[in-house]
Amino acid sequence: MYKLIINGKSIEAPDGATILETARRAGIRIPTLCFLEKREPIGACRVCLVEVAGARTLMAACSTPVTNGMDIKTNSPRVRAARRQVVELLLSEHDGNCQICDRNQDCELQALASELGIREIAYEGEKAKAKIDDSTPALVRDNSKCIKCRRCVTVCSQVQGVGALHPQGRGFDTVIGPAFTLNLDGVACVQCGQCAAVCPVGAISERSHVEAVWKALEDPKKTVIVQTAPAIRAALGECFGCEPGTRVTGKMTAALRQLGFNGVFDTNFTADLTIMEEGTELLTRLKKALVDGEKVPLPMFTSCSPGWINFAEYYYPEFLPNLSTCKSPQQMFGAVAKTYYAQKIGVKPEDMTVVSIMPCTAKKFECQREEMNDSGARDVDYVLTTRELGRMIKEAGIDFMSLEDEKMDAPLGLGSGAADIFANTGGVMEAALRTAYEIVTGRQLPMENLHVKPVAGLEGIKEASVVITGTVPAWSFLEGVEVKLAVAHGLANVRRLLESIKRGEKSYHFIEIMTCPGGCIGGGGQPRMTDDSVRLKRIGAIYSEDESKALRKSHENDAVQQLYKEFLGAPLGEKSHHLLHTHYKHKPAL
Amino acid sequence: MAENAACCACSESLSEEETARQLEEILEEYRDKPGGLIPALQIAQSRFGYLSETVLKKISAAFNKPYSEVAGVVSFYSFFSTVPRGKYLVRACLGTACYVRGGKAVLSALKKELGIDVGQTTEDRLFSLDVGRCFGACGLAPVIMVNDDVHQRVKPSKVGELLKAYAAGEKGDAQ
Repeated sequence: MYKLIINGKSIEAPDGATILETARRAGIRIPTLCFLEKREPIGACRVCLVEVAGARTLMAACSTPVTNGMDIKTNSPRVRAARRQVVELLLSEHDGNCQICDRNQDCELQALASELGIREIAYEGEKAKAKIDDSTPALVRDNSKCIKCRRCVTVCSQVQGVGALHPQGRGFDTVIGPAFTLNLDGVACVQCGQCAAVCPVGAISERSHVEAVWKALEDPKKTVIVQTAPAIRAALGECFGCEPGTRVTGKMTAALRQLGFNGVFDTNFTADLTIMEEGTELLTRLKKALVDGEKVPLPMFTSCSPGWINFAEYYYPEFLPNLSTCKSPQQMFGAVAKTYYAQKIGVKPEDMTVVSIMPCTAKKFECQREEMNDSGARDVDYVLTTRELGRMIKEAGIDFMSLEDEKMDAPLGLGSGAADIFANTGGVMEAALRTAYEIVTGRQLPMENLHVKPVAGLEGIKEASVVITGTVPAWSFLEGVEVKLAVAHGLANVRRLLESIKRGEKSYHFIEIMTCPGGCIGGGGQPRMTDDSVRLKRIGAIYSEDESKALRKSHENDAVQQLYKEFLGAPLGEKSHHLLHTHYKHKPAL
Repeated sequence: MAENAACCACSESLSEEETARQLEEILEEYRDKPGGLIPALQIAQSRFGYLSETVLKKISAAFNKPYSEVAGVVSFYSFFSTVPRGKYLVRACLGTACYVRGGKAVLSALKKELGIDVGQTTEDRLFSLDVGRCFGACGLAPVIMVNDDVHQRVKPSKVGELLKAYAAGEKGDAQ
């Protein structure tokens, strides 16, 4: 333990702690721009400068370790002047068209300028040339807004293990981007949008579908329906000043109705459907392996997360046969809505517009994959991120916080608690176990409150195993089998897991993969800024949503059973195969 | 180090197979060495004259580094070139000493004489022009380098003569 003084106050700090950590723990705010929790500080932005007695220059708090007897001032006139100067320099080369920027009122640079009381910019210089990169369906980059803090670089290479973005060139001409002057579509970017989630300014954002959705809502010829992913209800409130982890399912439903959607539905419905299909697929693969001695691809991987699909298609083609062939819940919804539901209400698929609200940018990519049109039209037309929905609700003048709770429409609005937890890392695994265990044994999953604790939480790679006993006759071949499970989130963790499987160190039967840290609740389209404390709050909200329901198992969703009876037949049947399953292709890493 | 420092001495291009073979050799030596990327890039450039997209992608795969990261390294150092260069690489030093002793005027004279801008190559593929950031010969400023030859106290008015000697093959035919 070190003893030191910050702003005249005696403080203790462990060996190796930085000034920034120590100050934050003591409730002293030091502003930062480039800092990312749990990552090596890079000291690029110089906003966290503090005065250390005896030091010749001001020190960057994020990257300076504390020492015994240090006397630190975080708010002296010298510090304030230096910080102002740093921010003025950033502003002098920043395209500061705040009023028309995507990040207006949600920008860390703008907030910092306000906090530091900057009223004029003492420097006038060259500004970076604007170069808009809208080459991908998910993301838009604008270099003239970039302040070169490199958070996106850190997230892309260290958290996601992708490395699509790096500093190119040097000095003033440095551009943070893909190789040389390439656009994002020129490198193997998985379009997860974690870069957009950590960007402090408007340099990387999702490609907006807001205008297209307004247009569809205004079109009298169109029946416009909306599906909402489970992660939205635990985060949308943050766009309206709620604490992270506030559940706003009912208000969200009411707001969507006010926006003019003709049907307000739940991606939970098709999450339950996914469990029916994917659970059956897993049990079929296990039967083939254990009874028929066939060589089937195991472990089986979940396939809900489109960033992960991109990652596998670019970097791990050898595992593509192991991916579940199930489409993601978003795409299953589109395919079911434009066939089953469209027929029910007598609308042609081409006259129906399906909008998704997703915590994800890669979903924008997924919906325009060429194979995703099995209904005869584009299965999902537009995808709005949580942030975009927040913006539309504000644009429409809806007073979100005063809305009365409403319920979603039948039949595609009915979802189980098992579907809710698809939003959390470990949730798809838990939902699958709740159903598969019960099918195989005729008994409820013997775990407290139905939660599979070992696969929950923010650990990057989690393992569990379930020994199956007391099987019903149809599944007796699984008697005594220990089913090995793994869950990974954050693609750098996924890479580690896949490599350990390739080296033969690990073997599993079933693996859940989510692209973003924490799962969909930490998606690239969620309100900023998402750190671990926010992730844990949203995860908690999702579990409470699940626990608040009577219906907590996918196979007990009556609306899904009805869909099989009236339309699909049986899981993995011919119609399911056509509408709900897909295939993958190796994309050479660019 | 002599091999590393040599630039684009080769004017004839290697066959695809020969390039691949030589590159494999370089990668074999450096892929597992810590900090091996930059020497590998240097040697590849000295062998092939420049770093093509194909070569860079092979290097990035061998080092298990994203292409964007390798491109970041290549674009950071002015020494590296991603376009084919001429037989002679002329580099005018604009380090501090050369700068204050008229390096800029020397560079202008070179540009005018060759009819190209920094980073470009003459149509006859004889000369490429680049800017250097100190060759460690500050006492001799202003300095230019033509391939491995250092020329000291260069006067803008003498630049034409100097280039003509190379063009006529009287000087520095490294081959």
